[in-house]
Amino acid sequence: MKNKSLISINDYSKEDIIRTLDLAEGFEKNPNQKLLEGKVIATLFFEPSTRTRLSFESAINRLGGKVIGFASKDSSSVQKGESLKDTIKTVSNYSDLIVMRHPLEGSARYASEVADVPVINAGDGANQHPTQTMLDLYSIRKTQNSLENLNLFVVGDLKYGRTVHSLLMAMAYFQTSYHFVSPPELRIPEEYKMFLQKKKLDYHEHTDFSDIISDADIIYMTRIQRERFSDPMEYEKTKNSYVLENTMLEGTKDNLRILHPLPRVNEINEDVDNSNKAYYFPQALNGVFTRMAIMSSILGLQ
Amino acid sequence: MADSTKTKLQVSAIKNGTVIDHVPARHLFKVISILGLEHITTQITFGTNLESKKLGYKAIIKLSEVFFKDKDINKIALIAPHAKLNIIKNFKVTEKRDVQVPDQITGIAKCGNPNCITNNDKVNTVFYVQPKDKEKVALKCHYCEKITDPEDMEVF
Repeated sequence: MKNKSLISINDYSKEDIIRTLDLAEGFEKNPNQKLLEGKVIATLFFEPSTRTRLSFESAINRLGGKVIGFASKDSSSVQKGESLKDTIKTVSNYSDLIVMRHPLEGSARYASEVADVPVINAGDGANQHPTQTMLDLYSIRKTQNSLENLNLFVVGDLKYGRTVHSLLMAMAYFQTSYHFVSPPELRIPEEYKMFLQKKKLDYHEHTDFSDIISDADIIYMTRIQRERFSDPMEYEKTKNSYVLENTMLEGTKDNLRILHPLPRVNEINEDVDNSNKAYYFPQALNGVFTRMAIMSSILGLQ
Repeated sequence: MADSTKTKLQVSAIKNGTVIDHVPARHLFKVISILGLEHITTQITFGTNLESKKLGYKAIIKLSEVFFKDKDINKIALIAPHAKLNIIKNFKVTEKRDVQVPDQITGIAKCGNPNCITNNDKVNTVFYVQPKDKEKVALKCHYCEKITDPEDMEVF
């Protein structure tokens, strides 16, 4: 994994994933290791983000590295019409590693081809967000003690949600049973169903989100965005049909945990927050440990 | 037999060169741009909307003094998988060839995803050709990882 960019979750084999999760576990036990001392890491956020950028920067700081970069395209030369290639070429001169979020799909792959240093994709449009997937996997393994043979329920926007697509592909290494719960407009795209069929994995699609979660090990909730609907009335009708409430958790398995990549709007009722099955806030903390693991293995320090 | 006689009557013969037959009529102009035929200065004859049992309507292209390399002609297999090449020497067919779908295509087609970096920055497109079903293939963009259907693809 040394010097190898992380652009798509497919760039990591099952062994790469497990190795990274093991490393992250070490960082959780002992987060203050000064492995990045003397290293400069660029965080280029062409699109705003709270969690991803801050958890990367927190991880870098805890490991003793220095951060340069920008938090929106308004504070970069992109405003002056600079191409992505020129920005990346320039920043390569100033840093040992680039972390990039960009609104266009494929921008991260392209950046990794023009950069002289490795690139970590922190989200490219609706395409991929592999470090989110690694923290999701870390959270699943930590709460279930294993990644193998789980019943995974994914709820909400399955069409555009990049975290859903990357998670689905990564979990295919571990004999997962999938349940996809979404309004008809936001169904899981054909190419992912083709992918699961090819891997001979079991999946079910549901449009109704009630009384089906009794055998779930993980429920992965996502936000349904208003702008995905051409008809605003359809959105109003739909948004409340995919809300998880505390009463729905009666009769579910003890080991069930609820994940959400955050930010949430109303898809998880606040009455779920106090349940011991709610795991979305610790999940966000796990992002720091997994990002420590990813950066230190790419820089060859672990 | 009747079919091929009719074709011969409609499009005149060439002495040396290549005849590309069984091109779906609706894709003739895409085939012309993929092969860059607008830059060729020797005689070219096109026939289109010719009846064909297999394709419904087909097109045929006769190129005088032009011979293709496999890697160039195979680019048309995405939209004309049944195309047949007849290599003509001295008015006689000396060789018949099929086209083969390549594994990867570079710089020919536009990615169907408007939000792809290749449609917004100066980046050459690269696609991996993947089987969709027995007859059809899908193009997976190397950059945005989205699928473009060759039927809808725009050629540069």
